[in-house]
Amino acid sequence: MSDARTAILGRLRAAGGSGPLPDLDTAVLERRQWPAAERVERLRKGMEAVHTEFLEALPATWPAVVRAFCDHEGLKNLLFGPTCEAGVELAKGWAPGGTQLMPYDRSVEAFKDELFTGVDAGFTSTVGGVAETGGLLLMPGSAEPRLMSLVPPIHIALLRASTIQDTFWSAVKSLGWGRSLPPNALLISGPSKTADIEQTLAYGVHGPKRLIVVLVQDLA
Amino acid sequence: MHAETEILFRDSASKALLDPQLRANFRRAMDGLITKRRNQFPDPADLQDLRDLSTAIRSRSLLSLPELLEQFEANCTKNGIQVHWAETCEQANELILGILRSKNAKTLVKGKSMVSEEMHLNAFLESKGIEALESDLGEYIIQLDGETPSHIIMPAIHKNKDQIARQFSQKIKDAKYTEDVDELTAMARKVLREKFLHADAGLSGVNFAVAETGTLCLVENEGNGRMSTHVPPLHIAVMGLEKVVACLEDVAPLYAILTRSATGQAVSTYFNLISGPRGTDEKDGPREVHLVILDNGRSRIYADPQLRATLRCIRCGACMNHCPVYTRIGGHAYEATYPGPIGKILTPQMEGVGVRHDLIHGSSLCGACAEVCPVEIPIPEILVRLRREATHEDVGSNVIGRGTGRTATEDWAWRLWGGVLKRPALYRVATWFATRLGKALPAGAPLIKNWTRTRSKPVPARRSLSERMRAEGGSNE
Amino acid sequence: MREVYFYGTCLVDLFFPDAGMAGIQLLRQAGVKVVFPEGQTCCGQPAFNCGYWEEARDVARTQVALFPKDLPVILPSGSCAGMMKVHYPELFHGQPDEARVRAFSARVYELTQFLVDVLDVKLEDLGEPVKVTWHSSCHAVRDLGLKGEPQALIGQLANVELAPLTREHECCGFGGTFSVRQPEISGVMSCDKAADAEATGASVVLSTDGGCLLNVNGTLEAKQSPLRVQHIAEFLWERTHAR
Repeated sequence: MSDARTAILGRLRAAGGSGPLPDLDTAVLERRQWPAAERVERLRKGMEAVHTEFLEALPATWPAVVRAFCDHEGLKNLLFGPTCEAGVELAKGWAPGGTQLMPYDRSVEAFKDELFTGVDAGFTSTVGGVAETGGLLLMPGSAEPRLMSLVPPIHIALLRASTIQDTFWSAVKSLGWGRSLPPNALLISGPSKTADIEQTLAYGVHGPKRLIVVLVQDLA
Repeated sequence: MHAETEILFRDSASKALLDPQLRANFRRAMDGLITKRRNQFPDPADLQDLRDLSTAIRSRSLLSLPELLEQFEANCTKNGIQVHWAETCEQANELILGILRSKNAKTLVKGKSMVSEEMHLNAFLESKGIEALESDLGEYIIQLDGETPSHIIMPAIHKNKDQIARQFSQKIKDAKYTEDVDELTAMARKVLREKFLHADAGLSGVNFAVAETGTLCLVENEGNGRMSTHVPPLHIAVMGLEKVVACLEDVAPLYAILTRSATGQAVSTYFNLISGPRGTDEKDGPREVHLVILDNGRSRIYADPQLRATLRCIRCGACMNHCPVYTRIGGHAYEATYPGPIGKILTPQMEGVGVRHDLIHGSSLCGACAEVCPVEIPIPEILVRLRREATHEDVGSNVIGRGTGRTATEDWAWRLWGGVLKRPALYRVATWFATRLGKALPAGAPLIKNWTRTRSKPVPARRSLSERMRAEGGSNE
Repeated sequence: MREVYFYGTCLVDLFFPDAGMAGIQLLRQAGVKVVFPEGQTCCGQPAFNCGYWEEARDVARTQVALFPKDLPVILPSGSCAGMMKVHYPELFHGQPDEARVRAFSARVYELTQFLVDVLDVKLEDLGEPVKVTWHSSCHAVRDLGLKGEPQALIGQLANVELAPLTREHECCGFGGTFSVRQPEISGVMSCDKAADAEATGASVVLSTDGGCLLNVNGTLEAKQSPLRVQHIAEFLWERTHAR
């Protein structure tokens, strides 16, 4: 145990608690609730306000919607995770020619330069969304590595409407993130941006310049 | 005992007041931030509920701070995050140097971290031959000019587009002169991409530290934070020891009020939750993650039940956005890492109330800051307390430099003041003189001349209210 | 008949006695008996704000002792009312007479607060049309939680047009000792407030606070502006009392 640690914790303990723990009244968060259809609208409104683009799809058609987007944009390639459910579905029936599907199936060290300069777009699934403010919830990992939604200039994200939660707070509870988290999890609300130059908004700073949400309408 | 060389806030502030461009830039910027924040809180009752909850969460965390820090450390360690403790900035800098050297790291790319500014980390690393490059656009801009941040959220807020355009065209290789914001941004993106790709290490701060899951939460809009923490093989995080909360559920409302209070955004572009280095099956992410927990006077502040409220701060910057003083002088005039109202209470507690006596008096106690603080830090109340500490040595106080701002002159002035005002007969005599001879008071007298720099001399009425009421008679019991 | 105490405050006593008289008369006009104990001096705020708490307490104690009966204590000043109501309990925390001071503090009101929230006065405007602007004193709004009481009173006057300041809630730069300890910053804030007032086109600036009035008035005079500053009590009395 380091001297600094002992000294610091010792000082903090010596200071004493001073008072009972205040109660936490979470009513202000709980009352932020909307019906499922309205959650979708709110999420869309919040994210479009920060330049996120939306493509509508149905459970059976979303791979085709992604393909159509790639064709329309003339993308050279699309980085994806070949072992995850969405990746498998995307690849199934992906016509040859045009945009090449590029599997992220090895360590980044094997192709770092190419990732940074030669990949047009990355495709990931999501584990949910946040209605109140707009936002996607992602759990990168082995199947869908972290840099897929960060490095390529375009990020295409698959969002099922049924997974959209009311607030980040309710999503945390629903996903169990408060108890256990993988090495990386995150919320994404739009393409990367800054207002550091005279408070003027500019998009596509270091993260993706475009965020495309493929919204799967799967509400019963 | 007298203060060591006092840092005179009045001098730096007056200089700043004479700079019309600075005044215009800050006024415009603060007005924008004030409006944006107000638009995020249309319902005052709802806002108060959110503030109350945020305050309760931060208070609770502080009440259990040592236990939470231990729990946090244990869970970080379990997750593979290596935790280090530093009592001082010097120790923290040495720890980071040690970590970097152990990996032969020569280049460090930085996400925004005010704690690293507090440590003067960049200068320290440069002196040891390690390049520390800022990647947040605002920080990158000021680093090009060798400046420090003038605001805790928007570091380059004092700079104009044309200043930045000139800078970029001079300091970035092959860059042409342009004032187009998108073009300037694209230039920075290109330069920094190279750095992210090849940096040996990345550094970040920590917005919230979660004890239950051993998680570092990072708020950002640009993506440079994620780049710095996911691309290089080594990630070092630095945080003040007050940042820990119990669980991620507690973070949610704090995150919500932070972005709204800071920049008037409902949510940031990214909210990044890091709970470990690259997992066994993961294909990217840093191989090693280190965390340095910094004290630097926070445990001393913690020990005082009233001053402890200073540590509730979530570094949103709303206080400075609404401060009539900050808006007129900008952040550099504070000559401290943290400017604005939070800086006015934090800096004297870290450096000494005698040395920073003038700064503590650099406030009209208007309370605009406390009104918007998401965690209800009573800044004016704390300023009054620090003014007390500067001039008195009270039993039980552990404030640095207490009593060293005391002067015999001020002691006598208040003694005289009190002596007259608690004796109605003396007060009557004094007001008689003031009302009869007040016009004769020279405008150039000490203190009076400070008033008359920009105002006409105040002239007492011919008869005081008390005198008139006495004459009226019969109103007293 | 309802009875109240009136506390003049040192700045009103010395610089704005007409405002003090007006406040008393407004209360009498509303059917209230006003008691003005002799020997009032200062609420002690300047010493309190500078950390000289013993001196502040000494003075505060002598003030409290002048108001022994359980009657409301009315002040024509947001900042002094704030001191007595909000900060006296802090200043006397742990003192032997803490309970007595707290009981006193609970009876303290700022004048417009009392006129609106307790007396619910109805005012009739007997004056000529005029345009005014309102500067809200920081302590009145933030310490006492004044929520539009002065504007409500002004609003009752049919011939008075209220032209709001662009930055109504921004500090005028007085801040007590701040005005002389940081004269440059204070000067700039005062000038900005004066300019804001001039830009409204109003012929008079109204406020609850003697400090703000001294500060803004002094600034306007130095600029040789025709704009006047007036205490709201004095203004309301002028507009509503039959001659």
